[in-house]
Amino acid sequence: MRKLGPFIVGSLASRLRWITIIAVILGVWSEGARTNVAQGAPPPLTIGFVYVGPKTDYGYNQAHAQGAAALAKLPGVKIREEEMVPETMAVQKTMESMINLDGATLLFPTSFGYFDPHILKEAGKFKNVTFLHCGGLYTEGKHPTNVGSYFGYIDEGQYVSGIVAALTSKTSKLGFIAAKPIPQVLRNINSFTLGARSVNPKATTTVIFTGDWAMPVKEAEAANSLIDQGIDVLTMHVDSPKVIVELAERRGVFVTGYHANQSTLAPKGYLTGAEWNWGKVYTDYVTWVQAGKSYPRLLRGGLKEGFVTMSPYGKAVSAATKKKADAAKAKFMDGSMVIYKGPIKDNTGKVVVAAGTEQKQTDVALEKMDYLVEGVVGKTR
Amino acid sequence: MGVGVSVGASPVAQPAAAAPTPAQLAERAAARRAAVRRTIESVAVPGGAIVAALVLFGVFMAVTGRNPLAVYQEMFRGSFGTWFSFQNTLQRAAPLMLTALATALPLRLGLVMLGGEGAMVLGGLAAAAVATHFHTPVSVKLAMLLVGGLVGGCWLAGAGALRAYRGVNETISTLLLNYIAIALLNHLVEGPLRDPASLNKPSTLPIGDDNMLGSFPGLDVHWGLAWGLGACVVFWVLMQRTTFGFAARMVGGNIRAALLNGLPVRKLIVIVTFLGGLAAGLAGALEVAAIHGTANASLVTGYGYTGVLVAFIARANPLAALPVAILLGGIGASGGLLQRVFDLPDATVNVLQGMLFLSILLSETFYGRRWFATNVANVANVDRKAAA
Repeated sequence: MRKLGPFIVGSLASRLRWITIIAVILGVWSEGARTNVAQGAPPPLTIGFVYVGPKTDYGYNQAHAQGAAALAKLPGVKIREEEMVPETMAVQKTMESMINLDGATLLFPTSFGYFDPHILKEAGKFKNVTFLHCGGLYTEGKHPTNVGSYFGYIDEGQYVSGIVAALTSKTSKLGFIAAKPIPQVLRNINSFTLGARSVNPKATTTVIFTGDWAMPVKEAEAANSLIDQGIDVLTMHVDSPKVIVELAERRGVFVTGYHANQSTLAPKGYLTGAEWNWGKVYTDYVTWVQAGKSYPRLLRGGLKEGFVTMSPYGKAVSAATKKKADAAKAKFMDGSMVIYKGPIKDNTGKVVVAAGTEQKQTDVALEKMDYLVEGVVGKTR
Repeated sequence: MGVGVSVGASPVAQPAAAAPTPAQLAERAAARRAAVRRTIESVAVPGGAIVAALVLFGVFMAVTGRNPLAVYQEMFRGSFGTWFSFQNTLQRAAPLMLTALATALPLRLGLVMLGGEGAMVLGGLAAAAVATHFHTPVSVKLAMLLVGGLVGGCWLAGAGALRAYRGVNETISTLLLNYIAIALLNHLVEGPLRDPASLNKPSTLPIGDDNMLGSFPGLDVHWGLAWGLGACVVFWVLMQRTTFGFAARMVGGNIRAALLNGLPVRKLIVIVTFLGGLAAGLAGALEVAAIHGTANASLVTGYGYTGVLVAFIARANPLAALPVAILLGGIGASGGLLQRVFDLPDATVNVLQGMLFLSILLSETFYGRRWFATNVANVANVDRKAAA
């Protein structure tokens, strides 16, 4: 009896022994606590990054984590990162925890779904903290002034990828695996197709929507089904392109990347890719904040502004293809390129951009896109 | 004496006797001691399991080059160590209390149901859909909670009815129904129920700021916590202290005996699964009413599945689900800090959770053993001999 419950029913001596052991443990613990606090010298600027998926997803989250890594090299900056935070109460609490426990004063909650209601609510609660959100929803006058939003015209990269894809394809049949038929995604599909058809008017893009941002099994099924239809270049708009890129390599077809550089996953078939360059955007923001200057609440940019870059060309890209793609890129860099220049018809034959109309990247009409251009095989619903 | 048949861990009833004999007194004292031991057992066994898991996790941390004591110190700071952290923990625990009931209640009838996730998602969707049809804050809130709960209840009651009347395996059917529920949510949110203004994140029409549920007074935790606490207590009373609960537990204990005694077994199954779904549906409605203000894909949170774990660790006891939910909430709350301070991957928390679950489930084998095992009769005998 006594042997098995010494503390509860044991003699005074055994109780004392237990108390001593516990006290020693607690003592060591609090000693550890004190040294830990002492090590944490007051940081000049603590920046919190929140990701919705894993930091190493070869995609959306990795692109942001690379941006964070670029900031970590700056002097006077401390980075705190948290991954796999769902778009629920959890992200509100993560932000509060970064503010309360880590002393963060600048937050980059990077998932689109974090904005409304989560960031808006926290921004109202913590007026001294700056919340910068990726996705582009900031409205002057409606949203708190300690909130800002940034996004990039990555469809410019998709346009260039489309050119490379169409010129490399032997069948002129391209495939696009997309998450949801929402404006941002449709714009990428359309720009990719317009790029492809600018160099090969016969090129088509077959689209499969998987229905969600991260569905590896469905993405693999979609990739297989597209390849079985004779499609020989794949691209995508999903959070993590890893599965699609690896599968394309295994099946011996080409692929253009998205979000981040996936060339290591497909050394033979990776042609190029549209990548985010958040390191540049984040460095700009931190420079503004550290200098105490006002920063733009709504920040946008494409290839020219350095928000978006192209992956280096792969081995399979010919010199002639590189030349044409570089020419298009040069036009983006000098600002003379307009992707949505009428006349543009959708794939049901309806004119969506009238002849003589130019929709520049900043045009709000593009933010409400609900069509697929001629040459795309697929439906928006 | 009737001590031996007292149900579960409930306190031993003290029979009133006019003039107790010394033998009776000795027996009563022994019974009291046995009850104390059972209480100690019900704390010491899971407590020991938690300590064992923490030690194991500490070894794991040490192997990866982190100081286990520093890790635990940060975990404590992130979950219970500050007032903010404790509220964070409670906030994360609140939905788990409700979704745990979706599994815990049917488990008392011997049914393993995993449908909390689906019931929660549909409860949230129904709440958001119904909100636009009411126009005063009170009516909107009431309608949302009522309809959300009803829809969640009917969803799981359907699976319960399939089990009771057609013999369909409830574990498989509820698991598959989760996928159907999520597909329904996506279809309706991206189609008929879509707010045309929600461009890049398809959602239903917002319910409006005035119609949102606020915070629990004095806490930075929304009203869902009160619903979670209330539901767990009410359902504990229902299952442990009423004839209905006794009948339901009898079905779980021995279904043939229940049938022989003329209990309406099928009806009981449908009603209890309805109640479980009601709790999960309520959790979904609360997510919409207190956090999102609209229904969209963010409703698919996995709370339903975490609720299954809570229910099993709590051994299907609604009251025990409360501390278990708070423990899991605390792990969730401190997980972020572990990532941030020690640069550990998110999966670290899963490792800790896995170790905890495994060691708690294994610890079940320690109930009624060794020191704790000495039953009332034996203690009484020993005492009687000692007295003689």
